[in-house]
Amino acid sequence: MANVSNTPIVEVRDLVVDLKGNRILNGVTLDVYRGEILGFVGASGAGKSVLTRTILGLLPKQAGSIVVLGVNLDQAGELQRQEIERRWGILFQQGALFSSLTVGENIEFPIREYLDVSDRLMTEIAITKLEMVGLKADVYRKFPSELSGGMIKRVALARALALDPEILFLDEPTSGLDPISAGDFDQLILTLQQTSAMAVFMVTHDLDSLHTICDRIAVLGDGKIIEAGGMERMLASQHPWLRAYFHGVRARAGRQAAN
Amino acid sequence: MTAGILLSGQAQGDRIELSAAGSWTAEYAGVIEPQIDAATRAITARTISVNLARIEYLDTYGAWLLERALRGWKNQGHDARLVGLREDYRGLFEKVHAGTQKLTPAPRGRNSIMATLESVGITMAGVGADLALFAQMTGSLITALARVVMRPTSFRLTSMVHQLERVGWRAVPIILLITVLIGAILAQQGIFHFRKFGADIYVIDMVGVLVLREIGVLIVCVMVAGRSGSSYTAELGAMRMREEIDALRTMGFDPVEVLILPRILALVIAVPILTFLGSMAALYGGGLVSWLYGGIQPEIFLARLREAVSGTTFEVGMIKAPFMALVIGIVACVEGLQVQGSAESLGEKTTNSVVKSIFMVIVLDGIFAMFFASIGL
Repeated sequence: MANVSNTPIVEVRDLVVDLKGNRILNGVTLDVYRGEILGFVGASGAGKSVLTRTILGLLPKQAGSIVVLGVNLDQAGELQRQEIERRWGILFQQGALFSSLTVGENIEFPIREYLDVSDRLMTEIAITKLEMVGLKADVYRKFPSELSGGMIKRVALARALALDPEILFLDEPTSGLDPISAGDFDQLILTLQQTSAMAVFMVTHDLDSLHTICDRIAVLGDGKIIEAGGMERMLASQHPWLRAYFHGVRARAGRQAAN
Repeated sequence: MTAGILLSGQAQGDRIELSAAGSWTAEYAGVIEPQIDAATRAITARTISVNLARIEYLDTYGAWLLERALRGWKNQGHDARLVGLREDYRGLFEKVHAGTQKLTPAPRGRNSIMATLESVGITMAGVGADLALFAQMTGSLITALARVVMRPTSFRLTSMVHQLERVGWRAVPIILLITVLIGAILAQQGIFHFRKFGADIYVIDMVGVLVLREIGVLIVCVMVAGRSGSSYTAELGAMRMREEIDALRTMGFDPVEVLILPRILALVIAVPILTFLGSMAALYGGGLVSWLYGGIQPEIFLARLREAVSGTTFEVGMIKAPFMALVIGIVACVEGLQVQGSAESLGEKTTNSVVKSIFMVIVLDGIFAMFFASIGL
């Protein structure tokens, strides 16, 4: 696949996170490398979203370190953090588009904040991004409430890509999409990732996504990473949850369909 | 990353070779854009070739600016092309190149007078629609009530008792607190101003009549609209959002009978009781202030009150309460059933419910005032 290098772009070390007195993550160690698509799986409630939100700085952690783009987020000052935030893009599960702004304004929002470019260029970039995620330019003037679920995801992806990030975090990008749209969305992520060589960290439950676009898969269970590696490794693993997940009825059906 | 030299060129007769170098990325887009525009305007040579071999980094911003220049030159009839594009950037460039940038022109801003007239028209149509919905809800409520009277077993007594607890019993403390304060404030203001004329004793007439006839029921209804009406709207709206109401319908139940009738009946029972409690509390607050602030002994207050107000004063106040409860309940339920799929819509309808029901309560109070005046009460 794309040129995966061995420099980690996100390094999580021995991360411990408690939520309301419960230990959710207990010593998570995980690397995301430049130019790879990492699929991140785990049972519902295992703490996938917690890990993502902790990396993004939305949840406090009890112990451990998170290094993003070579900067330890604990030691980063305000400016350094902003610099990091400029270089990552996030697609939330429900899109999280600002409902009071049009699609165009949503995409231009981070550009306006972080870059000193003319209005004309901003509009052109916003339209380019919209067309890159497979939407028509007329969507530009619409409000999020006028869009379908799949379109909202695409616009949210365009916004996440607005500053040409080096890492893209996706939280269940294909959930709530029909299989055709989900497949299209997977392909879209793959092409975009290949054209810009960014790293993609993708929380997903979609076995098809894992099979078709992920370079590597990391599995969260019992507050730790229980396995990380390519699909072969997942299929060969003896861990009961992994066996159930990758050898279950749905997984087999999916593989047969893929073959 | 270096900004470096971004765009430079050498002309050779009818052809010009430009060379792009450095980081063509979002960070430097503000610097690159003027150079691109200058190049698009200034070049007169027929053939233009842009050498991209020395570009270190390219992202969508850089790729789009190059594409913009190419499109500009092509429009002016130049023969322009790119050379030396790195293989790993080809995909990005093709994506950008495929874009059409076709944007429908923005709708023109309309005449502001027309826009105002239009919004007035839309509002008036909305008022008409609201009245129709109100009438429709009243109708379905009466049919549901008739059905329940024919088959009393189908009445949701548990639900009504539960609602009665929520909108009646649990509202008592706050209603008492507020009405005590209102009565106290009325008495204090009355004493303060009446004292100038040596008429402080008449404050008892004022507090008595005002509280029993108007203020008691109004304050209680405003509180109930804000407290219980809004919660009816929010509950029914949330049920609509989660398709619970559709589920009821498909199982053959009438949502009006199951959900709305018990709620409105609970209000119709609770509001008169709350009005009574509220009026008594307001009189108590008024008496307390008259005693502590105005020096009117409680015995005198009570004796004077007995002369000042009659049974009719009290009845006029109380008779309004169930009607106002009905209006609050119907408005709240109509708004709740109007909720569309989104959370914004739920918030909007809840606000509307409170505003409309308070407005309706005051209008109804005015109608009652005219009615009682004309029959001489």
